[in-house]
Amino acid sequence: MTRIFVPLVIIAMVMFAFAPLVVASAPLEQTMGLVQKIFYFHVPSAMLLFVSAFVCGIASAIFLFRRSAAADRVALAAGELVVLFGLIVLVTGPIWARKAWGVWWEWDARLTSSLLLWMIFVAYLMVRRFGGPGSEKLAGAMALFGMANVPFVYVSVNYWRTLHPKTSVVMTLAPGMRGPFWFSVAAFTILYLLLLTLRKRLEDRQAMVEQLYLAVEE
Amino acid sequence: MKQFLRVAWVVMRKDLTVEMRSREIVYTTVFFAASCVLVFAFALVREGRPLEDASAGILWIAIAFAGTLALGRTFERERHTETLRALMLAPSDRPAIYLGKLLGVLVLMAIVEAVLVPMIGLLFHAPVFARPLWLAALLAAGTLGFASVGTLFAAMLVRARSRDVLLPVLLYPITIPVIIAGVRGTAAIFQATPDEPMARFWTALLVFFDVVFVTLSLWTFEPLMTE
Amino acid sequence: MKKTVLLLVLLVFLPGALLWAQQPAAPQGDFVPLSSIPQTEQLPAAPMVIGAYAFVWVALLGYVWSLWRRMTRLERELADLQRRVQKHEGS
Repeated sequence: MTRIFVPLVIIAMVMFAFAPLVVASAPLEQTMGLVQKIFYFHVPSAMLLFVSAFVCGIASAIFLFRRSAAADRVALAAGELVVLFGLIVLVTGPIWARKAWGVWWEWDARLTSSLLLWMIFVAYLMVRRFGGPGSEKLAGAMALFGMANVPFVYVSVNYWRTLHPKTSVVMTLAPGMRGPFWFSVAAFTILYLLLLTLRKRLEDRQAMVEQLYLAVEE
Repeated sequence: MKQFLRVAWVVMRKDLTVEMRSREIVYTTVFFAASCVLVFAFALVREGRPLEDASAGILWIAIAFAGTLALGRTFERERHTETLRALMLAPSDRPAIYLGKLLGVLVLMAIVEAVLVPMIGLLFHAPVFARPLWLAALLAAGTLGFASVGTLFAAMLVRARSRDVLLPVLLYPITIPVIIAGVRGTAAIFQATPDEPMARFWTALLVFFDVVFVTLSLWTFEPLMTE
Repeated sequence: MKKTVLLLVLLVFLPGALLWAQQPAAPQGDFVPLSSIPQTEQLPAAPMVIGAYAFVWVALLGYVWSLWRRMTRLERELADLQRRVQKHEGS
């Protein structure tokens, strides 16, 4: 199975191996200095967090309205990745914040809404695990609300006064920072696609196993 | 459209009629909400008197807790008497049934809030009658946001395992923004000089949430309730 | 029905526009910028960056490892089941 993804896996691994060099080559930021380098993995993780929430939401909608079991498996994979990338964002962010802002955490609009988005998808996974039969649909509804939450999280930093930098930062990066940043985005995106596909395949195998169990029973 | 509203009205009337016979959920939910507020009043004290700045937060926490309880109990009753299945079998628009249930929950919550607001005013010396219209708007918009998601999830959880604990687990992350907006708006009203522009902002945000949540709920109710 | 839903969705833009017009008037908190941080407050940045980077690696590799473990277990189960089904059909 992994044979199919070998080129992509190799590319991803090479990119990640080179990442420290690429990130180090970026110029230091004026006020924050070295700790701003966390930006190069905090922001791509956040971007993929949002993308994954959308994938999960859309896949759940397809599952709910078209009864597609395959869509449900994609939704589960995407849901897990929301939690994973969310964890990365919520840990690297405060580490950066401790140095840049002096506090680990602030209950402002951006941080609170991000945490809630993450919690919605943790609840998504919990429902799937502990909800009993029929919990996939319930989880699907959760994912839809989670997806509706994403634009709010994104925009919150522009409308409220928060410590968190605004969304305009990415588009107005200094020239020296653009290369490393988009390199990181590419690396994380490839990784995300790999993980999503692997996880979905795992679920496909699981479904196959369950079907075979039923066949054996007969 | 008219048929849709008629079905919703009928479902709501059914719920309220059944409830009025025993008044079980109304009494117990109001009592629960009141005890909640009392617990906070005794727990959060400064120099022997309740914390006055906390009045807005406590009001909304009581609404959230009482709401969760009311939602669970309302649908537990449906499960117990198997009437939910009968409702689903009826040849009417499923979203209309959702709307009817939502309206019933809203009426119940309105009764609870009618008791809570004077209590908060009394215990925490909050100026609840300073800007009654703004307060009513905030409470209405916030309760609608909370109840719209709550009704959807409570209806779905009727047949699920661990339904009692799952309802808050699912409901709170989604409705916390509603509660936050409600608290901030109410706090703006409860200030010494009520801050109306702030209240307007938070009310507008609540209305925004309401539109999104009600739309999503109406849209997903049907596929969620069908086997 | 769908028209009602569409109408409701369109209504989203109305409050949205309302919101746009009104920014929160009061300040959320006052931040007074410092020109230089006192010596006691200064934290070394390098451990932070390394720590954050290390965490990213740990999280990602941990997830990949858990996937790998589940996958091998499933493959084993699948092979076993397929053998049993074939035996069933054979007999």
